[in-house]
Amino acid sequence: MKKELICIVCPRSCHLTAEHDGENWNISGNMCPRGKVYALQELTDPRRVVTAVIPCRNSLQEVIPVRTDQPFPKKEIASLLNRLYKMSAAAPVKTGEIIWENVDNSGINIIATESRDIRKDG
Amino acid sequence: MNERMVDVAVIGAGAAGLAAATVTANAGCSTVVIDREKFPGGILRQCIHNGFGLRYFKEELTGPEYAGRAAGKCLDAGAELWLDHTVSNLKRTDDGLLVLDVLSAETGVTRLTAKAVMLAMGCRERNRGNLAIPGSRPAGVFTAGTAQKLLNSVGVLPGKSAVIVGSGDIGLIMARRLTWCGIKVKAVVEIMPHPSGLTRNIVQCLNDFDIPLYLGHAVVNICGKNRVSGVDIAPLADGIPQDEKTFHIDCDTLLFSVGLIPENELSVTAGVTLDLATGGAKVTSGYETDVPGIFAAGNVLHVHDLVDFVSEEAERAAKGVLQYLKKETTADNCRAAAGKNLKYVVPGSCRAGEKQLFSFRPLIVTDGGKLTAKCGDDVVFTQRIPFVRPAEMIAVEVDVPENAAGITFELHPGEVSK
Repeated sequence: MKKELICIVCPRSCHLTAEHDGENWNISGNMCPRGKVYALQELTDPRRVVTAVIPCRNSLQEVIPVRTDQPFPKKEIASLLNRLYKMSAAAPVKTGEIIWENVDNSGINIIATESRDIRKDG
Repeated sequence: MNERMVDVAVIGAGAAGLAAATVTANAGCSTVVIDREKFPGGILRQCIHNGFGLRYFKEELTGPEYAGRAAGKCLDAGAELWLDHTVSNLKRTDDGLLVLDVLSAETGVTRLTAKAVMLAMGCRERNRGNLAIPGSRPAGVFTAGTAQKLLNSVGVLPGKSAVIVGSGDIGLIMARRLTWCGIKVKAVVEIMPHPSGLTRNIVQCLNDFDIPLYLGHAVVNICGKNRVSGVDIAPLADGIPQDEKTFHIDCDTLLFSVGLIPENELSVTAGVTLDLATGGAKVTSGYETDVPGIFAAGNVLHVHDLVDFVSEEAERAAKGVLQYLKKETTADNCRAAAGKNLKYVVPGSCRAGEKQLFSFRPLIVTDGGKLTAKCGDDVVFTQRIPFVRPAEMIAVEVDVPENAAGITFELHPGEVSK
């Protein structure tokens, strides 16, 4: 089996070729070791950092930005977002605060990426 | 009317303004940062995706996280933030001070007098009007950044199905963002034969979602009466749309990601001369404009692709402010010029015999490029630039030779030109 990939680790965007010899993937075309690490991860368990906004109560701002604190399995992203969009946070929130702990026992958390103060006008 | 005196007034509390104010406040100068938004951070606050700060904070951050850290550093340094304030006028008085008219709903009009001013207003997007695309004037046409603000700061979906014009990084990031919000992105249309954003953004924002990218195509008509109903797209041959090959895509939303313009209206009011190649002020090696005491850094000076470079540039410019305040500025004596395959060089002058960091925007795509600097006919500097892309700024440090009166930079393509 042979697959073509483009590395997204740095702006060089190396065109990688991955060939499966029945046991292992052999990677070529990478200009640095990070390309091989990326390719193996991408072929076996592709992951992305997911970012979104969710509603925020008790704040002057309607929404609060959040992200996964580690790259999240790509095939689970749609399911993650569907459930995340039904959630909300409530001020006060501090940057880095966990909004959703240990999503599906993955060890990955959803964290706030901006603080929210309580609105003062009640 | 209120009156205030400060050492340094910084206009704009984005990445550039915050970094510059941190340096001047840490050096003991009274520093005020003025911004028309209610929160510091500028455009970073609506860039909720990751990929920022690897260089400046040595950690991968989202825009809001980067903004939060930069604002924290600035406040810790002792700078004052005047948020929800707008500068309506800036001028230099005969006695060499700078006077700013600052407006706010809360405090009314303040006349702020500063010994030095840092311009850090950033840039704005080119829009439909700049492109002159024919068609009707329905709702549903946005710049990519406006749609980004709606989605990420207000929490409002701009539509249900979208076409994106231009393959700049903001447009690509928005393609993924819209898709993750349940909006169908039907196409990205780029007039150039190559994408203008980074390849990795093509991969993770378009290819991940099978969004088609039409290179060498243009939107030739915007359809719809009250709301966008679709667009007509034609392939280009020698820059001319091929009418007979025009096709239609239904959509209710059209986003433009077609370039950024430094926001310099206030600079011009103050008498600052602009450089036509950058759209920003002409500056010296100390980042001083041709109006003494007025400095510029960040996207208001020239459009950057990485915020980390904006912060670093603003720190260098702030050092120019500190020298000016101590009356230690020495005039530049060597002109810098952009030659072959370079759109511009910043700064446009330097000092002979000193080390200087120059920033460039390349005009070509090539691997294994070579940047050279010449004084007269002598090549005084050569550096290999492995991957040259117009989407990526080039920055190099050069030892400017003694006695140099002018230095000209050229970019030579490598063996593997594309």
